[in-house]
Amino acid sequence: MKIQQLSIFAENKPGHIAAPCRLLADNCIDIRALSVADTQHFGILRIIVSDPNQATKVLEAAGYVVKPTEVLAVEVEDRPGGLARILSAFERTAINIEYMYAFPFGHGERAVLIFRFDDPDAAAQALQSAGVNVLAKNELFNR
Amino acid sequence: MAIECPCHEGLHIFEDHFYPEIIDPDSGRVLPEGQEGELVLTTLSKWAMPMIRYRTRDITALVPGACGCGRSLRRMRRIGRRSDDMLIIRGVNVYPSQIEAVLLEVEGTLPHYQIILTREHGLDQVEVQVEVTAQVFSDRVGALEALEERLADTLERVLGIRIAITLVEPQTIQRSEGKAKRVIDKRGQT
Repeated sequence: MKIQQLSIFAENKPGHIAAPCRLLADNCIDIRALSVADTQHFGILRIIVSDPNQATKVLEAAGYVVKPTEVLAVEVEDRPGGLARILSAFERTAINIEYMYAFPFGHGERAVLIFRFDDPDAAAQALQSAGVNVLAKNELFNR
Repeated sequence: MAIECPCHEGLHIFEDHFYPEIIDPDSGRVLPEGQEGELVLTTLSKWAMPMIRYRTRDITALVPGACGCGRSLRRMRRIGRRSDDMLIIRGVNVYPSQIEAVLLEVEGTLPHYQIILTREHGLDQVEVQVEVTAQVFSDRVGALEALEERLADTLERVLGIRIAITLVEPQTIQRSEGKAKRVIDKRGQT
C-alpha cells in the first residue's frame, strides 16, 4: 500500500537536477513521478522509481544523500472536483499533509496524487474508509 | 599601540613606545618594509613588564612612504588575519574550532564544512558551507531550513555574530591531503 519515495538533496544551481536523473537513466531506472521542492539555496528532488533499492545504491555510490520516505499514491478521476473529493476525506480528521504532487495517468483520464503524511498508516485507513482507491506499487508501474 | 588617522591608509604606530618588526612566521626572518608577515613588538617605555620581540600572531604589513596627514610615525595595515588559525571577523575573534564544536553539537557528527570570508560594503561577511549528511537530510524543506536556523542561532550564541549557513551537496567541499583547508579568506580580493 505504501510506496517508497526517494528524496535527493540538490543545490539550487544549473545542472544539479539533471545529473542524478542521468545517472538513473544510465542504470535503466524508470522515474514514474517526480517533484522538486526548492528554496533560495537548495532543492529537494523527490522521485518514485521502478527500483528504489537499486536507485539508492547507484545514487549513494555517486555521492548523493538519499532518503527513503513512505508516501501514498491515490487514484482520482482527472476532472474538476477530483482532488477536492479526496481532500474532503481529511477534513474531519487531524491528518496533516506534509506535501503532495500529482501527475496524469492512464491516457489522461485518471490522475495520481502522491501524498506525504506524518502518519501514512492512519492516512491510508482514512482514505480507504472514505472509499478512495489507494494504489499499490505494482499498480503504479504496470499500467 | 597604533591608531588610524583621517587618511584611512593604515594605522600609525606609536613608535616612541613600540618598536615594530614584520617577520616571516615560519623562519622568523625580518621582512622588508611593505611585505606581509607577522607583527613583532618590542616595548621601549615599559619598566615593570617590558616585552622584547613579542610575537603577536597578527598578520599585517608596514605601509611604506609618507602619510598624507603629515604624521611621520610609520603605519601598519589593519589586521585581518592571524598566523595561528584565529579569524578576526568584524572585530570579533573567532576560532574555527568554535564553529566546529557547534556543528558537532547540533548535528551529532562533524560534517565537512568550509568557512568563507568576503568583504561587502566594507563589512566582513562570513558564510559557513556545510555538507548535507544522511543523518540530517530530510525530504521536508521545513526540516532543512530549521537545521540551518538552529546552526545559525547556536553559532550566534557562541560567537556573538550572525553567520550565514549554506547547506551544500556531499563531496562538494574540496578534500585536501593532510590538514583540511577550512578557511577561504577572500577579503583581500574584494
